[in-house]
Amino acid sequence: MMPRPTAALDIDALSFAYGAKKALDQLSFRIYPGECTLLLGPNGAGKSTLFSLITRLYDSHDGHIALCGFDLQKQTGQALAKLGIVFQQTTLDMDLSVLDNLYYHAALHGISRKQAALRIEQELLRLAMWERRHEKVRQLNGGHRRRVEIARALLHQPQLLLLDEPTVGLDVPSRQAIVEYVHQLVRDTGLAVLWASHLIDEVYPDDYVLVLHKGQIKANGTVDEVLQLTGTSGIKDAFRELTEGVAV
Amino acid sequence: MNLTHYWRAMWGIIGRELWRFVTQRERFISALVRPLVWLFVFAAGFRAALGLAISPPYETYILYEVYITPGLCGMIQLFNGMQSSLSMVYDREMGSMRILLVSPLPRWFLLLSKLLAGVGVSVLQVYVFLGIAWCYDIHAPWQGYLWVLPALLLSGLMLGALGLLLSSFIKQLENFAGVMNFVIFPMFFLSTALYPLWKLKESSVLLHNLAHYNPFSQAVELIRFALYAQLNSEALLYTASAFVLFMAAAIIGYNPSKGMMSRKGGA
Repeated sequence: MMPRPTAALDIDALSFAYGAKKALDQLSFRIYPGECTLLLGPNGAGKSTLFSLITRLYDSHDGHIALCGFDLQKQTGQALAKLGIVFQQTTLDMDLSVLDNLYYHAALHGISRKQAALRIEQELLRLAMWERRHEKVRQLNGGHRRRVEIARALLHQPQLLLLDEPTVGLDVPSRQAIVEYVHQLVRDTGLAVLWASHLIDEVYPDDYVLVLHKGQIKANGTVDEVLQLTGTSGIKDAFRELTEGVAV
Repeated sequence: MNLTHYWRAMWGIIGRELWRFVTQRERFISALVRPLVWLFVFAAGFRAALGLAISPPYETYILYEVYITPGLCGMIQLFNGMQSSLSMVYDREMGSMRILLVSPLPRWFLLLSKLLAGVGVSVLQVYVFLGIAWCYDIHAPWQGYLWVLPALLLSGLMLGALGLLLSSFIKQLENFAGVMNFVIFPMFFLSTALYPLWKLKESSVLLHNLAHYNPFSQAVELIRFALYAQLNSEALLYTASAFVLFMAAAIIGYNPSKGMMSRKGGA
């Protein structure tokens, strides 16, 4: 049997508390290259806290996080270089053009101007945003801004992509386009994806599902495994079962 | 991470800030209006009321406008430092700060680059102001315009680091008004920007002492002496020490494990 590659994300016994209030309790899971893991959980489950810890906006001394084998605490730079992220809130500079935003990101990752130009063209063409490259972000609609953010997150060729509810507030066609694009990336490039969502229809049959509730992992496995665990026939029912009836 | 990476990132951050400043014309103009109003209106009004004795670095009697020009240079940098602090809080609330903080470079370096970007903008503003003051017949020796550059860089760094430190403590944008009232105004009025120390001593020894130990006073004196091609060693040492202190505290403030970030619940 072939040994498994190094996990793109390896979380071991991770806990975090806001003062006395425990937000995450002994979380352990791994995501491997070529896997798309949907992180499902009701509001307050701890999804945003988990993302803040993986991006090292918060720090926890209780537990361990590694990205592509790099310890986030000790090898922060190497670990973060492997990470691409799309936050729930738009983090683009509204007064700059699409190109300026992308060049800024490329500079932060140490990519030369020439190399950046090539990658920007490639990513924007793939996301059908090349024609809009000179427009100010403020002039773009929500779906197009999201596409630019995905292009930006992929610019430094990360091995793990974190998506924090990237389709919130988008219309159905824009949402579907993004869901399909990310799944295609996983299939074609072997990218690992952790996708926080509250939309069950974003789960594809080949995806992995991780259900988080009150800071604890309630289920972690393929769609079939989660259905089997809960004895349900659909992921929506499984989610309800695992979160004690809390709505998605 | 090699040196080229650091270099590119730093220029990316500085370039973005300068580009934003150049494209936001109203910000450029409003940054100049404040000191110009002080120079053209306030100074003209107080010229007769305030008599100034000869004191270094001046070798002769000077007009009040001449006296407050270095103070107004400091004022530009003080407001710029606080403006940067405000934009950091805004960026944090809006989320764009996250993109900076999750890039694969040490946080101290990212904050220092952000600080340098702000200083670059403030130095540009000061030179434009000095240019207008020149047209208003406020002249310093030509060497002074060169000497003042390192002084402006250091004072800008110190005031920017103070802004950075404050931004690590400010939880929300709304709290920024407090900064105006409790930091900017006391710092500006309790300094040598508008009146010399000996003049303050005549009114109150306490006010004199407060003004003397105010880092903004020291920054203003550093600029004042540099503008006349002279070095004020005490001001240099004091301003540099204040910069190191503020910067170190700001880095701790932005450290996810030690600072305010984790307690705030937002980045």
